[in-house]
Amino acid sequence: MNGIIRQVEAAQIRKDIPDFQPGDTVRVYVKVVEGNRERIQVFEGVVIKRRGGGLRETFTVRRVSYGVAVERAFPIHAPRVDRIEVMRRGLVRRAKLYYLRNLVGKAARIKDKRQSR
Amino acid sequence: MAKKGIIGRKIGMTQIFADNGEAVPITVVEAGPCVVVQKKTQPVDGYEAIQLGFGDISEKRLNKPAIGHLKKAGVKLVRRLREFKVDDIEAYTVGQEVAVDLFVPGDCVDVVGTSKGKGFAGGIKRHGFHRGPMTHGSKYHRRPGSAAAKGPARIFKGRKMPGRLGGKRVTVQNLEVVRVDKDRNLLLVKGAVPGPNRGLLMIKSSVKAN
Repeated sequence: MNGIIRQVEAAQIRKDIPDFQPGDTVRVYVKVVEGNRERIQVFEGVVIKRRGGGLRETFTVRRVSYGVAVERAFPIHAPRVDRIEVMRRGLVRRAKLYYLRNLVGKAARIKDKRQSR
Repeated sequence: MAKKGIIGRKIGMTQIFADNGEAVPITVVEAGPCVVVQKKTQPVDGYEAIQLGFGDISEKRLNKPAIGHLKKAGVKLVRRLREFKVDDIEAYTVGQEVAVDLFVPGDCVDVVGTSKGKGFAGGIKRHGFHRGPMTHGSKYHRRPGSAAAKGPARIFKGRKMPGRLGGKRVTVQNLEVVRVDKDRNLLLVKGAVPGPNRGLLMIKSSVKAN
């Protein structure tokens, strides 16, 4: 990418974002504005993809609640994302976990990654 | 709004987050610094405008008429010249520098550029014709259809047909200036502008803004 564009983006790139990958389970704290009040909403689920680069990078979190699957995409560097917590590291073999959409219940589990650190 | 303008170069697109947290799509334009090379006046040229120059270039790359024109103005050698209509040409002097701080965030601008050339394009891409069925035995896929009625025994002028697409002067009106960076001579404009990255642009105050 162009150096000038990187400079323009640099000011808003967040450095407080933890390192996480597809397959990880994360908890995203999202700032929600209701009228003139602001509160924080938590969305927890499995990261099924990360895409884009620089300031435009986004990630998608999938969670199944009461049998209904919800996928939400967040821009990683958005100011509306208060913080991201990594709950579990998952062992997966591809970058985009679209196959989870076709699996339910036990089959949709992801193996834990052995901590090598 | 006062009429004014500057020459720039498209750097590329990205997005930035506004104060309310929304992502705003922007085009980064490297604009100026430009120099006033010539003033076109009513008695001499029949109209009033200023001619701006933009970009560095070595003397070897310019031809003699261009060098003479720039030497006469006593300005540095510039790569590109463009004319702009302004409210009052008396406010400008030859040799004066015009920089990005001409615009402030919130201004509306029109951006003129040369669109990306698409070569010889068919009716679908060039004029938005509909295509025929791709399957079910159809062999009529992307053809232009009937060109005219039988009666006049000719095709009327202006008939939309395949041909060269793009590579033409295009103006995009009413784009908002999101941010001005004087140090790096950058102008962040909301939305897309014509042409490829590194293409030459004219950024003018919008004719439709009030």
